[in-house]
Amino acid sequence: MRLVVALSAAVLLASALIYTSFSAASPALSPSQLLRQAQPGRSYQLTGKVVAGSVRHEGDGLDFSVADRVGGTAIPVSYSGTVPDPFREGREVIVTVEKQGGRFVGERNSLITKCPSKYKTAPAGEKQNY
Amino acid sequence: MADLGRICLLLALVVCAYGIFAAVYGVRTGRVEFSESARRAVYALAIILTTAFAVLEIAFLRNDFAFNTVADTSSRTTPTFYRAAAVWSSQEGSLLLWAWLLSLWSSLALFLVRRRMRDIAAYATAVLLGFAAFFISLMIFYATPFATTSPAPAEGVGLDPLLRFPTMMIHPPMLYSGYTLCTIPLAFAVGALATRRVDADWIKAIRRFAFAAWLFLGVGILLGARWSYSELGWGGYWGWDAVENASLMPWLTGTAFLHSLMIQEKRGMLKVWNVSLVLATGTLAVMGTFLVRSGILNSIHAFGGATLGVPFVVLIGILIAGSIYLVVSRRDVLRSEHRLDSLLSRESLFLANNVVLVALCFVIFWGTYFPLISEALTGTEASVGPPWFDRYTVPLALILVLLSGIGPVIAWRRATLANARRNFLAPLLGALATLVVLVAAGVTERPFALAMFCCAGFVFASVAQEFVRGTRARRAIAGEPPPLALLALVRRNRRRYGGYVVHVGIAVLFVGVAASSSFQHAVEQRIAVGGSTRVGSYTIRYVRPTATITPKEDRAHTGSTLALGAVLDVSKGKRHVATLRPSEGFYDSGEPAQGSVGHLIGGQAVSHISMSAGLTRDVWTAIAPDISTPALQRIVTIGNRTLSAEEAPIAIGVLAREYLKHPPAAEFHFIVSPLVMWIWIGGLIVFGGGLIAIWPAPSTVRRRVALRSRSAHGLARA
Amino acid sequence: MEVLVALLAFALLAVVIAVIAAPLRASLARPPERKRERVSPERAELEAEREAKYREIRDAELDFRTGKLSREDYASLDAALRSEGLEILNRLEALDDRPKTDPEVED
Repeated sequence: MRLVVALSAAVLLASALIYTSFSAASPALSPSQLLRQAQPGRSYQLTGKVVAGSVRHEGDGLDFSVADRVGGTAIPVSYSGTVPDPFREGREVIVTVEKQGGRFVGERNSLITKCPSKYKTAPAGEKQNY
Repeated sequence: MADLGRICLLLALVVCAYGIFAAVYGVRTGRVEFSESARRAVYALAIILTTAFAVLEIAFLRNDFAFNTVADTSSRTTPTFYRAAAVWSSQEGSLLLWAWLLSLWSSLALFLVRRRMRDIAAYATAVLLGFAAFFISLMIFYATPFATTSPAPAEGVGLDPLLRFPTMMIHPPMLYSGYTLCTIPLAFAVGALATRRVDADWIKAIRRFAFAAWLFLGVGILLGARWSYSELGWGGYWGWDAVENASLMPWLTGTAFLHSLMIQEKRGMLKVWNVSLVLATGTLAVMGTFLVRSGILNSIHAFGGATLGVPFVVLIGILIAGSIYLVVSRRDVLRSEHRLDSLLSRESLFLANNVVLVALCFVIFWGTYFPLISEALTGTEASVGPPWFDRYTVPLALILVLLSGIGPVIAWRRATLANARRNFLAPLLGALATLVVLVAAGVTERPFALAMFCCAGFVFASVAQEFVRGTRARRAIAGEPPPLALLALVRRNRRRYGGYVVHVGIAVLFVGVAASSSFQHAVEQRIAVGGSTRVGSYTIRYVRPTATITPKEDRAHTGSTLALGAVLDVSKGKRHVATLRPSEGFYDSGEPAQGSVGHLIGGQAVSHISMSAGLTRDVWTAIAPDISTPALQRIVTIGNRTLSAEEAPIAIGVLAREYLKHPPAAEFHFIVSPLVMWIWIGGLIVFGGGLIAIWPAPSTVRRRVALRSRSAHGLARA
Repeated sequence: MEVLVALLAFALLAVVIAVIAAPLRASLARPPERKRERVSPERAELEAEREAKYREIRDAELDFRTGKLSREDYASLDAALRSEGLEILNRLEALDDRPKTDPEVED
């Protein structure tokens, strides 16, 4: 009897967990995928490489373009907030973006930059608090 | 010399294969000399891998750039300490470190049990050598530390500046010791299941290793958090990053095991649960190792593009399948001898603690691997962020702390309800007093933090009551003065009172976490010289800029070409609190394409934060100086055009002077976090308490209760 | 350099073989017998159980003295634990060839 109660409680908790994770998650997309699937108002994790020559300081923030890892489609992003140390053209980044009108706006402080070498024992970029 | 390294790896693999064969053969045929030989194979492995590690370490110290690893991660200008530690900053070097630590810890463990548990130890030997063989094979076939280039390059790339922090270099050995130590209980669990001897003796032996794993893993995790907080330009200590979570999960199951272990010891219950926990801990440790290297999850540490993914998936698959098989096929031996006597008992509280810890682990597991799960189920890879994690871990952490305050008040086996109710009075008063004080002080907008503070108050009062009563009880018997009575009490009941200290430490740690995350003040602002801003109750003023040029041959630990920063004055009201000097270091990129001057500062930029740490709050500052102004850029461009590589450093001097004369406004990031110091203090208390709990009591203190007289009454007591 | 490497490699190999083969050579010199562990598994098991039981008895006493158990509850618990302990001691004795006196302090 006790076991049944315990198991039911566990199942209930697990279901709550699972349900909220799907609704709270933001999908990770490459630029080409984002162009195809993005809906305004939803946030996405844009993953790709910073296009060389596309980085511009705009007052408080930064404008740059993100391209697919293998080259190809590039999406311009308007970002504001702290820029991690390793950020630079040619590096891989993840930035949470939202489609607003025709533009993609980066969520404040959501920029993560990958460290250039293929394996590091240490976090090589900065993560921002939400 | 690289040849010697390669020979070592091959020899190691052969020794592993021999050892596995000898161990299994020895157990199956009862020929003890083979089991012994297998154990010695582990010792031999330790010798071989020590040699291999020494070869690599010497190569780094001697700047032998023929070794690819050395050329990739070190350079002539890297300071000696970082050169020595750079060994494990690469994939192949860290694999060697893992295997080496595994061989050392395994040798120690097998040495300690060499006269007992022969059959179990033999299977354990086979499992541990299996792990070693896996990692050595990875090194031989996928990522060898002993690859060389001929002719050797003249200079190496150098260590990534982000890694040039002392804490960061100690973190991997600590963490890997934790991970490798987790495989030892797993190996012994496999042995116990295979020989069908999951009993009291096994528990006694395995406790030490489980504790060592828990200790090292915990220290490794805390060091990582401290490094992230005090040296990275982010200002946080925990971000629910995949790799952080990967190290936390085995620690949680390990903690659960240390508790449920005691239930099996006392009541012969929870055998299935315990072996499952041990097997899970070891598997989670291997998964943690795998996460960092496989690129299977997007995280700070590893981005897309699998490198070592497939072999690890195979290993983990074997571990999971093997564990399930062993547990199911041995379930007759794993039947409980007794049941819980009463719900109102410390045993049942331990069970509740286990449930909460495993629930925590499950939540973190789900969130961490969610990108893979969602991809498998929906086709899109999606990830959850810290708010999702916080939503579930915060309530669970509250329950955990609360349980640790209830535990001391309840007796083992079956508590008397009336006594328990009475004993709750003091802890409840403690919690209430905390609540009243905090509400009166105006701390009401953060209910969860408030709840945590009250739970901590509950724990402190509960443990204090225990110490007081225990001392009183001891004095009633031995009549010692209070300080001596307290000492004697703890010495004779290390597990109990050490455990209480650990729980106090955990409560302190969570108080620090709750305070620093809920009552933080953070400001990001562009400030010009002379300007100031308010952060919480502090005023921070930008006094003047700083510029530091480091010579090419630099013995200091940063090695940046140019470091631009600021002197900040921190004050509260009229009182001067601290002077902080954050800076940003610009490093040499080594790319001539950026120009003779450009490359000197075109490399990785690293933020050097400046912090005033205190018992009540930390004031954390970081700066991002603006070097994109036209004046500064002009210097770089002209320098690129007119100066050769040798003359280029002159331009750096000009840059520095220009920056000091006409400093542009810089981006500042300020954070004031209360009670952060208590996180680290809490951690120290936890580990101190753990050491007390595990320390063997001196034999003179071990009383033996004489049971000789067979009548239930009149039993003499020692 | 090559000579040095070869020498070191051979030295390593020699050490490894010596370490690993020692028990095998020792057993060849002596007629192989099924060496028993210094402590048999059954005995080790019972001794561990005995230690755990002693610990339980002491814990119960401390529980009583720190006010978690009433006198009656403690008396019955203590009696139960002691009889469980006696049972373990009996089984230990049955295992031995010679009768044992009082359990000694182990180190």
